Amino acid sequence: MTPFGLLDWSDLVFAGFLRDPSVNEAVASAAGAFAVLGAVAALVVLTVKGWWRPLWSGWLTSLDHKRIGIMYVVLGLVMFARAIAEASVMRAQQMAALGEPGFLSAEHFGQLFTTHGTIMIFFVAMPLLTGIINFVMPLQIGARDVTFPLVNAVSLALTAAGAALLMVSLVVGRFSTGGWSGYPPFTGAAFSPGEGVDYWIWAVTLSSLGSTLTGMNFAVTIYKERCPGMHLFRMPLFTWTALCTSILMIFAMAPLTVATLMLALDRYAGFHFFTAGSGGDMMNYANLFWLFGHPEVYILILPAFGVWSEVFSTFSGKTLYGYTSLVIATMCIAVLSFTVWLHHFFTMGQAASINAVFGVATMLIGVPTGVKVYDWLLTMVRGRIRFRVPLILGCYFLATFVIGGLTGVLLANPTVDYGTHNSLFLVAHFHNMLIPGLLFGMFAAIHFWFPKAFGFRLHEGLGVLSAFLWMGGFLCAFMPLYALGLMGGMRRMAQLPEGPFGPLLAVALLGALMIAAGFAVFVLQLWWSVRHRDRLAVPHGDPWDGRTLEWALPAPPPEWNFAVLPEVDRRDPFDAAKLAGIAYALPDRYEDIEMPANSAVAPALGAAAFAVAFGLVWHIWWLVAFGLAAALAAIVARSFVTETTRTIPAAHVRQVTEGWRSIARVATPCPRRAEATGANRGRARPQQ
Amino acid sequence: MRLIPCLPVLLAASLAGPAVAETGTQAGFLWAAGPIAEAQRAHFLSIIGWMSVVIVPLFVALPVVLWRYRAGGPGAFRPDWGNSPLGEAVLWGVPALLVAVLGWNLWTETLRMDPYAPLGPDPLVIDVVTWNWGFVFVHGAAGVAEVDRLTIPAGRPVTLRMTSDSVMQSVFIPRLAGQLYAMPGMVTELNLAADGPGTFTGRNSQYNGPGFATQSFDVIALPAGEYDARIAQLAAMEGTLDAAGFDALKGDDAARPQGFGAVSDGFLAEIVGRYADPRMAGMVH
Repeated sequence: MTPFGLLDWSDLVFAGFLRDPSVNEAVASAAGAFAVLGAVAALVVLTVKGWWRPLWSGWLTSLDHKRIGIMYVVLGLVMFARAIAEASVMRAQQMAALGEPGFLSAEHFGQLFTTHGTIMIFFVAMPLLTGIINFVMPLQIGARDVTFPLVNAVSLALTAAGAALLMVSLVVGRFSTGGWSGYPPFTGAAFSPGEGVDYWIWAVTLSSLGSTLTGMNFAVTIYKERCPGMHLFRMPLFTWTALCTSILMIFAMAPLTVATLMLALDRYAGFHFFTAGSGGDMMNYANLFWLFGHPEVYILILPAFGVWSEVFSTFSGKTLYGYTSLVIATMCIAVLSFTVWLHHFFTMGQAASINAVFGVATMLIGVPTGVKVYDWLLTMVRGRIRFRVPLILGCYFLATFVIGGLTGVLLANPTVDYGTHNSLFLVAHFHNMLIPGLLFGMFAAIHFWFPKAFGFRLHEGLGVLSAFLWMGGFLCAFMPLYALGLMGGMRRMAQLPEGPFGPLLAVALLGALMIAAGFAVFVLQLWWSVRHRDRLAVPHGDPWDGRTLEWALPAPPPEWNFAVLPEVDRRDPFDAAKLAGIAYALPDRYEDIEMPANSAVAPALGAAAFAVAFGLVWHIWWLVAFGLAAALAAIVARSFVTETTRTIPAAHVRQVTEGWRSIARVATPCPRRAEATGANRGRARPQQ
Repeated sequence: MRLIPCLPVLLAASLAGPAVAETGTQAGFLWAAGPIAEAQRAHFLSIIGWMSVVIVPLFVALPVVLWRYRAGGPGAFRPDWGNSPLGEAVLWGVPALLVAVLGWNLWTETLRMDPYAPLGPDPLVIDVVTWNWGFVFVHGAAGVAEVDRLTIPAGRPVTLRMTSDSVMQSVFIPRLAGQLYAMPGMVTELNLAADGPGTFTGRNSQYNGPGFATQSFDVIALPAGEYDARIAQLAAMEGTLDAAGFDALKGDDAARPQGFGAVSDGFLAEIVGRYADPRMAGMVH
């Protein structure tokens, strides 16, 4: 064995193309080249612009929850671009492969659906929601940071290391073909030798460790860091959903970590947890995986529910309808989510009565979910609805989510599931929940809180255009899949038989391309808005006539968030303060503020984790040892750091705060009808 | 926003797609050809009917609310309105009642449609062994086997006893029976019947590698007389299906025989036994 373990020049994706210059290899090499060029371009830009130092001291070593949140969102968006491209390639392959092999090998297609699912769940959805919670939640509860700022940065570093592993697998070696759920014995050493499944195992393990830490951090923050008067039942609904998601993360990520590590023991050390034969039990894996996997569904959707609650309330200019109901419903969903995992394998051959119990439990979740949908509808009743991008997406979410709910109730019935399990009907169902529910929720959140994070709005017209491309794209991409599934089309098929599938597949491909176009317009919107940020600036901090504490801050907020910790005595405190005319009153005294000092520990741990994982994938044992030693050294070194905080003098806080407030309080309040124009500088005229 | 009222139409159109398409053998349980799939279809449609109780009102109310309460619209503005006891009762009560009804249906149907329950007395027992990537069907009573093709007598209940000689697979005959996993070292049972003669597609629905997309078989339901003729035809074939013959099957797809005139005793048990833990010998059964 060479010093580089199993790694060899022939493992480079480009070597594959030289050996076999087929379309299949060309697609793989193009993807690899794209990843390499993207990385090189990023390095060149950073160097030419001289951005290395600000990147390092302002971002990578920052423990500011707002910056960590923004970095999570950026990570999610970058990975989203890759996963959309993969979806389009898969649909194109299926179009080209009606009754014939098409242009991709079956092996390559298997890698595509595996990376698409793994990326979308672990490296798009999780980073987006973790980033949004990171940014928003401490502001909403009147805190200056999360409880464990360094752990927060470590979580991000671990997640980024997992994402980097996935990107490296584009260029070096192959990825797993076992799907995002990685069922053994197919993913065991006997049936999937080589590096592919190992890439999957370590990428997912790193991500799950990061999410476990995040869950603990958020839950403790919400329990311990609320400002005076912020009782649990005065918290904004988004914070409530963040709390429920955090609790789910704490309990649900562990079974996944355990399952992937047990699978690793099977593969590396000849264990037989999940092998066929020798006492292995593949059904245990299904149980462990979905013991994580089903709560995971609600980890993903609950923060989006929180976003929708803020959006419907703010853009109707009205208090949330049924706040208590929504809190109870969220908690019900969180608890029930641990009681339904078996519905992912009704067809595994267990007794009918077991299926019936889990089927009924699954259907119970429909009750709180239905309550929520109507609570949001009633939130708009007696309001003044403004059709900004988040609300447009929200209304579309309401309409499509009930269709996903209908198909979810259908699938909850074992009787129906026997006929739809593993089919494209199932694929349509979960995309129906995750795209309008989670993904559009995250994009609504980005539109909603972007001005808070950066001090300027995103261009409204381009936002509407991308929203409509997504909305139309989703319908085209996934409604046909319901039909295809009922017609006998299975998921994960590199080719479908000839027959009636063609036209519906063509519509689905069109839909995938529309979603990709919508994302391109979104990127264009970001670029345009940055270029014209003066025109879109909202320095006074309240562009949407917001109701909760984060809108009481300048945009972007100072590092310490609140000059003086606020005291609240009701829900929607900022709305009440605006109506009372005291929203921009100056504090009567200032104090020194202690904020966490920057630390290089998190990037060091992330780099070490990547080295360990890459070494494990390729059996480069010295690299594994080196990575572990480096991680240990970083932790030991950190324990000798005594100055973990730095003090911001009261005079500086005073200067910044009064500088902003003296302008904001005399600024011309913007009426809501001018909300999407340059007249909106972030000072809202209260609606009576 | 014009999209939203169009949604039900679009959904209906996409669901109607298969109806206008050529159905052929590639179809799901909506084109039921046996009692199990018929029950699935009836259950499926009844759920859609019940669920419309909560779905239709939303589709009606959403455009009305958006129109009436748009900024500058005719609806009254009451920014503090966030609660109504009657509303809460309806919001929780209606879905709870609906789930009670649907839950009752789920419970009774799930127990009635247990895949292990034979569909009548004296079912025809057929052993199924899957591998990467194919199926062999053993007609035990007749002592014959066929490959990637399942012949059954129309109208008679059939019991499939299934195992896998590779990874987890899912044997799926959408128009007749639904699906159940076949797993190495284990035997699962799927019961089905065909109402009348016909050809139906069966396949593995659980991804198991490069040959997955084309791992399918034809189910051919024949009238009783023709079924007997087919069995006689199989009995005339050369070769005995035993463990060694089975392993030879897996190699060459092109040279795969269509059937075996004889089957070694206890073939299914032998394949299942390949995955028994030797240390556990004598501790099970």
